[in-house]
Amino acid sequence: MTTIDLGLPQLGGLDGVPTAEDTQTAKDFASDQEVRWCPGCGDYAVLAAVRQFLPTLGIKRENTVFVSGIGCSSRFPYYLNTYGMHSIHGRAPAIATGLAVTRPDLSVWVVTGDGDALSIGGNHLIHALRRNVNLKILLFNNRIYGLTKGQYSPTSEVGKVTKSTPLGSVDHPFNPVSLALGAEATFVGRALDSDRAGLTAVLGAAAAHRGTALVEIFQDCPIFNDGAFDVLRKGDEAAERLIHLTHGEPIRFGPAAEDGPGAYAVVQEGFGLRVAKTDEVDPSQVVVHDAGDHELAFALSRLSDQDLTHTVIGIFRDVARTTYDDATRAQVDHERKTRTPNLQGLLNGRDTWTVAG
Amino acid sequence: MTSSDTAVDQPTEQVIKKDRVVIRFAGDSGDGMQLTGDRFTSATAAFGNDLSTLPNFPAEIRAPAGTLPGVSSFQLHFANYDILTPGDRPDVLVAMNPAALKANVADLPAGGVLVVNTDEFTKRNLTKVGYAADPLQDDTLTEQYQVHPVAMATLTRGALAGTGLSKKDAERSKNMFALGLLSWMYHRPHEGTERFLREKFARRPDIAEANILAFRAGHAYGETTEAFAVTYEVAPARLDVGTYRQITGNTALSYGIIAAGQLSGLPVFLGSYPITPASDILHELSKHKAFGVTTFQAEDEISGVGSALGAAFGGALGVTTTSGPGVALKSETIGLAVTLELPLLIIDVQRGGPSTGLPTKTEQADLLQAMFGRNGEAPVPIIAPRSPADCFDAALEAVRIAVTYRTPVMLLSDGSLANGSEPWKVPSVDTLTSIDPGFATEPNAPDGTDEFWPYLRDSDTLARPWAVPGTKGLEHRIGGLEKADGRGSISYDPDNHDRMVRLRAAKIDGIRVPDVTVDDPSGDAELLVVGWGSTFGPIGAGARRVRALGREVATAHLRHLNPLPANLGDVLARYRTVVVPEMNLGQLSMLLRARYLVDAKSYTKVSGLPFKAEELQDLFLRLLDGVQP
Ligand code: SF4
Repeated sequence: MTTIDLGLPQLGGLDGVPTAEDTQTAKDFASDQEVRWCPGCGDYAVLAAVRQFLPTLGIKRENTVFVSGIGCSSRFPYYLNTYGMHSIHGRAPAIATGLAVTRPDLSVWVVTGDGDALSIGGNHLIHALRRNVNLKILLFNNRIYGLTKGQYSPTSEVGKVTKSTPLGSVDHPFNPVSLALGAEATFVGRALDSDRAGLTAVLGAAAAHRGTALVEIFQDCPIFNDGAFDVLRKGDEAAERLIHLTHGEPIRFGPAAEDGPGAYAVVQEGFGLRVAKTDEVDPSQVVVHDAGDHELAFALSRLSDQDLTHTVIGIFRDVARTTYDDATRAQVDHERKTRTPNLQGLLNGRDTWTVAG
Repeated sequence: MTSSDTAVDQPTEQVIKKDRVVIRFAGDSGDGMQLTGDRFTSATAAFGNDLSTLPNFPAEIRAPAGTLPGVSSFQLHFANYDILTPGDRPDVLVAMNPAALKANVADLPAGGVLVVNTDEFTKRNLTKVGYAADPLQDDTLTEQYQVHPVAMATLTRGALAGTGLSKKDAERSKNMFALGLLSWMYHRPHEGTERFLREKFARRPDIAEANILAFRAGHAYGETTEAFAVTYEVAPARLDVGTYRQITGNTALSYGIIAAGQLSGLPVFLGSYPITPASDILHELSKHKAFGVTTFQAEDEISGVGSALGAAFGGALGVTTTSGPGVALKSETIGLAVTLELPLLIIDVQRGGPSTGLPTKTEQADLLQAMFGRNGEAPVPIIAPRSPADCFDAALEAVRIAVTYRTPVMLLSDGSLANGSEPWKVPSVDTLTSIDPGFATEPNAPDGTDEFWPYLRDSDTLARPWAVPGTKGLEHRIGGLEKADGRGSISYDPDNHDRMVRLRAAKIDGIRVPDVTVDDPSGDAELLVVGWGSTFGPIGAGARRVRALGREVATAHLRHLNPLPANLGDVLARYRTVVVPEMNLGQLSMLLRARYLVDAKSYTKVSGLPFKAEELQDLFLRLLDGVQP
């Protein structure tokens, strides 16, 4: 049998989701549940940003679904007045896949954490990314296990002293962006919990992307991993570390240079990238960001160090590839159009015999 | 006994009428014995006999050729009356090589017919399976059996001499030669097999023709060789009036799921990870997208059930198919489905365990896993089909319960049902009852506000509303944490948890299932045999034999294992002796003893093969005579 050319048109992430009749506000998206994260938890900032952001999509609230796993961040769906499921540890991408495949009229979001997505649920995460199901995955990375009270996570640094690693962790951490790109993700972005504008921009692009979008959100856990990302928050120090990506723009960062933004630039070196002083390199050497370039995206992900010396944020990759759910539905639709379902015919099959009275 | 006309150029052919025959085809895994058996079965079904089959094959795709572990066999029982099992022992054994002979000949009763492919009886092949001498050369076999040595490979090669096929390719068709010979011996119709071969090898017409030639050559060989003086006739069975087809358990389950989708108007979503012996359901369903069936080959068992549960949340008929090891992996998600109270169908085609166990062999040892294999109090309804064709009705029934009561339902099939086949009286689709999903459409708060309470229960069924995303005004959040009775918000309240645990249990206990019927022809039996699942056939056949001897035995078969039928306690109490034969170490008998304080005796076997009617007959007679099993 030859495969059928499904002739799928290029769609946006929200195509097929009904639009809201009335203007909705952040308040409409807040549920009546009392939010129960620890005071100062980075999750509050993300929740506030998402509540602000969702109405801007202009889709019906009842057609929005949040599915989460287990962990502090996975309580997220309870705090949004949409449809939601707080499922079991690591399995949200699998559950959301079944939902997204059967319901193209829904905007499906997964909320997960570094333990949930990268440890117990690693298999589901990579396969969702590979398949490119139309899901938006928000990965809250606080580099620690919060809900179980402070064990190291698959993104904690080597040497981390926690309750389960009194002599320091010997586990090498994942770089979630590299992992996602290696898993054939079509959209990968990263943002900081406290950077409302940056986070909202990445969320908007993720929502518009048709396919699986992974957004890593650096999130502070003041109780068990306090200040893990503080160096990315404060003034000049942050500017020296944060490398913002804009598609089509030269990648420059840091304090302003004489010719404009960014005393530092990202330049190519061998198969990888390095950071250089802008005034020490020829402008033509400065890498121009291209979210369609897989190799560049991967090289940029490797530029981010675990110790945050350099931290690339923004959209690493955003490419169009037929989504699993669109292709699956197209096959079903094709069969429905070309073959008339006849249940009696199916049950009878081709070889029946009759016993007469 | 009749004699046919004697033609000048044909040897005298004697036709013996028989009521029933059991044939076993046995050969190497690569010899195509399953296909041969399947074709003989189809021809037999088309002829109108009742039948029952038992395929038996190794877990390895191609175990080393010519070895004992590589032997694959297919047993078929057919008759002119309604039969219940694939038969205890073959009347005819077709052995394609020494390994097949060695592995199967002990099952052939004295006087049985043995057809042997002599071409494989080389010194090397004989040594491989431990034959010091060629058993065809001395009289060890001829003393006990009617032995027919046939050089099948040589004869097949000869028949295909003109086709230009290589020697090796030509010999591949020797299974069709064997099929042709047996088809002649039992007067099976040809047309179906020839048509089947043309279709199967549509893209290789030369191979199709070769197989047809070999099939015809086998037939002609029987007709013209004096060695075979006898043929047998088994008249069509007198079954109920209706339209019949032959069907395997896995196909019947697939069709049941499709029918349930049509009857409920729900799109079917199957999330599944390949596993023996359940994969054929995934294969079958993936062919029927036109019925609105979506199949998702998941990355693992957990994703198989997780995706099905996600689809159910969205208002689809979520189904996952697996075997015991897969159920173990799915357990946590099934527990989630229990507390989410969403419809979900979990099909466990049981195989030998524990762990990887015996992937291609049958067993019933997942009953307690289905019953209790989850953390916390997490009851699920359990349904078990009793025969291959019954899988269709069982699937419909399981979906009906899942949808009506908003609960995951476990359907326990097994390897022998999955691959075994029998005639199925095809139902007329307009006689099938529809299934009402009854989606929630509006707020339901008892206080008259416009709130939606996802855990406000139906007073009759205790089922909660099924409100799917996209329904305005019913936005709600559900999850694995304990929920407040009614409102469904998170609740850690001790009394609420106690109430919710009891409510979930009461909902399952309250599922209405039909009373169990007792087969006790005289009403005087003192021995009751209770079975479940695929033991239906052997228990029924054993009971028939006992009754034929003038003794009394009653049987009762349980389709619903949770909840159990309401009248079961009374039924059990009526009999002096109750015995439960099971292909495990006594799981149902343990449940019955615990539940009803009845001295249900356990009779068990875990050989990977179904009970034989004979051993159950012996068991029943011993119990009737007061001998403990
Ligand atoms: S433990 Fe950490 S991550 Fe969890 S709620 Fe508290 S601050 Fe937030």
